[in-house]
Amino acid sequence: MSPAPDSFLERAPLELRDWAVNLLPAPTQWLAHQLITIVAILAVFGLFFAFTTIAERKLLARLQNRLGPNRTGVPKFSILPWHLKHTLFGLSQPFADAVKAITKEDIVPAAADKVLHYLAPVTVVAFSLMGFAVLPFGRQYIPVELDAALLYFFAAGAATELAIFMAGWSSRNKYSLLAAMRALAQLISYELPLILSVVPIVLVTGTLSTKAIVVDQGFWTFSLLPHWFVFTPWGFAGFIIFLVSALAESNRSPFDLPEAESELIAGHLTEYSGFKYALFFMAEYFGLTALSGLGVTLFLGGWQAPCEFLQFIPSYLWFMMKLIGMIVFFIWVRGTLLRLRIDQLTRLSWQFLVPMALLNLGNAAFWVLSAHWAGPLQLVRWAVSLAIIVVPFVVMGRSLTAGYAPRTYRYAP
Amino acid sequence: MTFALLLIGLMMLGSAAWAMLGRNLIHSALLLIASWAGVAGFYLWAGAEFVAFAQVLVYVGAVSMVVLFAVLLTRQNQISATLIEPASRARAATGILTAACVGAIFGAAILSTGFHGAASAGPVSSVKRIGLELMHRNGAALLIVGVILTVALLGATVLAASDSKNSPEDLP
Repeated sequence: MSPAPDSFLERAPLELRDWAVNLLPAPTQWLAHQLITIVAILAVFGLFFAFTTIAERKLLARLQNRLGPNRTGVPKFSILPWHLKHTLFGLSQPFADAVKAITKEDIVPAAADKVLHYLAPVTVVAFSLMGFAVLPFGRQYIPVELDAALLYFFAAGAATELAIFMAGWSSRNKYSLLAAMRALAQLISYELPLILSVVPIVLVTGTLSTKAIVVDQGFWTFSLLPHWFVFTPWGFAGFIIFLVSALAESNRSPFDLPEAESELIAGHLTEYSGFKYALFFMAEYFGLTALSGLGVTLFLGGWQAPCEFLQFIPSYLWFMMKLIGMIVFFIWVRGTLLRLRIDQLTRLSWQFLVPMALLNLGNAAFWVLSAHWAGPLQLVRWAVSLAIIVVPFVVMGRSLTAGYAPRTYRYAP
Repeated sequence: MTFALLLIGLMMLGSAAWAMLGRNLIHSALLLIASWAGVAGFYLWAGAEFVAFAQVLVYVGAVSMVVLFAVLLTRQNQISATLIEPASRARAATGILTAACVGAIFGAAILSTGFHGAASAGPVSSVKRIGLELMHRNGAALLIVGVILTVALLGATVLAASDSKNSPEDLP
């Protein structure tokens, strides 16, 4: 069993890259090696971004009982003697959107700080792409292998806040600036639970390297049940906290207050138009994808197959499948939940998520200390770990929502 | 390698100097952040990955926000009023005296510290070792730093909190 690590499909992209690199003269090979990696990430995740937007529009449309974009087809090239009539289910919509964004007029307010106004979208896209460098996409597919990969990931994400501030301030628009400050308050509030939800993983695995964390999850009970961290009490709690914070960090519904297109005036994006506006959204989707990839890596077993006999499917396909699953889940959440108010949003973070994350850290410490428990004690270990997280959840949930829920509606007579 | 160091140094010192000379507070703050990023670049150049990422996370991510919020929230007047008033001789003398004192203290501290001679082969530094070193041998220092930062945070909150009775916005 398991010739998987060296199967042809598993190695094929690497072989292709090595073949391409060897075509070049020796002194430039290292450069070509790096460039191919960068181009591969840009191409794969650029396309992934494009199809995330169309998937989002289509899925949201289905959730709202509409059809969604379904008309965009193949453009009529004058070279071709015939016209392809097929509309491709509207799948070429993202390319039409891109052409529209690029050809739109780029308006910069007269009073704006031109340099910062220009730098903000550039910074946000550049830094949101940097997170991809440390994600292990497959068994041998990790762009940069770092000892402190997790730290790098969060450091790369730190500049997004700066970019939002730059966008808000440089527009010289009160609404932009106020909205930017509000967005910063949200991002800072949720950065804490996001990082705290990841710390238990570091505690249990004893490493910051994403590659080692995935390898640590590569075991199966009865070769059927995967040992992913999400299937432990502390891992499950951490995963939920991570999901909520990731939604908030990437400004996704129900935490899309920074933009809030239907109530506010798109916040810090008010004075942006055309391609720069599109760049902000691109960065948002890249950030979401990178965070989802991190969630898959840390909690969902990364590129590991869910069952041992499924290892014949290449590891990078497993990673992408899990990633797509996460994205679809986020789209589903967007179509289901309502937007929060700013006070509810900060309350949720500071009064609920941060204490829960801290408790979960203690839970993980218990898990490490009880690692040698065997036999029936194993059941005790699970029960205690579960209790550490469920009891405070119930108690805190009750006390925090006291007086708020369940809401009773009174109608005018 | 030396060229990269020069470039990093130029970025670090250049943006710091520009931040000091600039008249726009926000520009200065952003340039200061660029200078901190340059310091992170220097750590990367020196092979201290962990410190570099920590530098970016703490300074570019967190301290920058504190600085920007401080600039925006404490500024009572318009930009024109934030221009620094013309320097007097007494002010300059005090500045130089303070700088000399701080420099003397730092210099004495640096000179009196016995640095271990650099090993011929660089030590193999892993994140795990750094963590163990921080938590075992230097645990007390880490705790003290944490306490000092907490005290600073509380002090900042006390200073920034305005007397609510005097605020015209809070009047009925």
